Amino acid sequence: MKAWFASHRAALARALRRFAQAPWSSLLAALVIGIALALPASGHLLLANLLPIAERVSARPEISLFLALGADKRDAAEIQARLGRTAGVSGWRFVSREETAKRMRTTEGLAEVLDSLPRNPFPDAFVIEPSTETEAGLGALRETLAAWPKVEHVQIDSAWVKRLAALVKLARAALLAAAGLLAAALVVVTFNTIRLQILGQREEIELARLLGATDGFIRRPFFYFGTLQGLAGGAVACGLVFAVVGFARAPLADLAGLYDPAFSLRTLEARDAVLVLAAAGALGWLGAWASVSRHLRGG
Amino acid sequence: MISFTQVCKRYPGGIEALRDLSLHVGAGEMVLLTGRSGAGKSTVLKLIPAIELPSAGAVIVAGQNVASLRRAAVPFLRRRIGLVFQDHKLLFDRNAFENVLLPLAISGYSPRDAGRRVQAALDKVGLAERARAMPVALSGGEQQRLAIARAIAHRPALLVADEPTANLDPEYAHEIARLLESFRQVGVTVVVATHDAAVFADCGARRIVLERGAAAG
Repeated sequence: MKAWFASHRAALARALRRFAQAPWSSLLAALVIGIALALPASGHLLLANLLPIAERVSARPEISLFLALGADKRDAAEIQARLGRTAGVSGWRFVSREETAKRMRTTEGLAEVLDSLPRNPFPDAFVIEPSTETEAGLGALRETLAAWPKVEHVQIDSAWVKRLAALVKLARAALLAAAGLLAAALVVVTFNTIRLQILGQREEIELARLLGATDGFIRRPFFYFGTLQGLAGGAVACGLVFAVVGFARAPLADLAGLYDPAFSLRTLEARDAVLVLAAAGALGWLGAWASVSRHLRGG
Repeated sequence: MISFTQVCKRYPGGIEALRDLSLHVGAGEMVLLTGRSGAGKSTVLKLIPAIELPSAGAVIVAGQNVASLRRAAVPFLRRRIGLVFQDHKLLFDRNAFENVLLPLAISGYSPRDAGRRVQAALDKVGLAERARAMPVALSGGEQQRLAIARAIAHRPALLVADEPTANLDPEYAHEIARLLESFRQVGVTVVVATHDAAVFADCGARRIVLERGAAAG
């Protein structure tokens, strides 16, 4: 057991020495891996930040129904009665034009504008809670409402949120595909680094075999090297993600603050960093394994 | 220590390097394998550490049948043998000390123990002062002695040398012969393939002459 540890320690030492022998190419490889990993990692974080916003807002779709400007209280009462008879409407709230005007006055600068107008520009409106949430159901309900007399405009307020959610979903799929491709790239980079190392050390490897080296003795340093290179790349990736999140912090907080005043930016946590490092190390090991199996077979 | 029984070795392409060769090397013995180029000297030396496997017959080294050795067991056989290669096989990107260190690292010696053994081996071949020298900075004779130091650093019971005096001035060649003989004196079994038996004349070595893949005489 002690000998086993000693041999692993020696292999690790040899791997580190190989790092030190070619600091620039090792650094470049770590950078390439780091950038490749930083892309999906930071993309994932951005999505993780956007997703709750999209979900919160889209929870309850609402339909806004605006009456024509010429409609009076009797028309409003008629609409109200029709709403009571319409399937697919589970509730509604009447917002009178006076109420709207009053609310708008409280907004900075709008009061003067409203005062300068000859009459109240806002129509009476209903905010309707549909009992359905499906795209088709909402669409059909909208058609029905729009056909009623004195109805000027019907708007499904959740439509843009739905679109955002769909976009986020799409972005997530794209991100997953990109992460897969870039992980493959990481394996390929490590594969090639190890291949070059093996070619550069053919003589030494052949000699080591003649002097009684086991396969493990010969392969182990390459495994360590691949894993270390992956870990170095992972560390670079974490640094880059930190930088990206820091860069995007202000605009993202602005955007999120519009929907949720209590919004707090989700940044790279220790758990994420460990995950990135573990993935990078594992992929580096995989690349080294593939390369060693391919280039050191038999012999 | 070594026993060949009716060993045949055919290389791909039908070249028959050894034909029904039987020979025996006792423990602590020094044996010279001589014969012309192509007589099979190198093949015999390659069969001992399982670099090549016999096509037929039995090769017993230190009580193990090399031909039936599992692949995973081969490294452990090789660790019991000191090998001096015809072309030295020194690593030119590391110094003398590190070259001798390699087999010790492979065998898993602790760095401190290995360091002591390397120094002792370099001392033995007269290169104690050149430990930090790179192989290119060494003369041909010094390179050969470095190769021997690497072969004996882990104190094997069996030393196998392939043409250790080739391409050396007679003076250097005699030096190498004396050095190899000194290992026999401390109980190491020494097998040397050479086309220059005269250099080893006063080594007290038994001579086996190979002729077209078989023992002559």
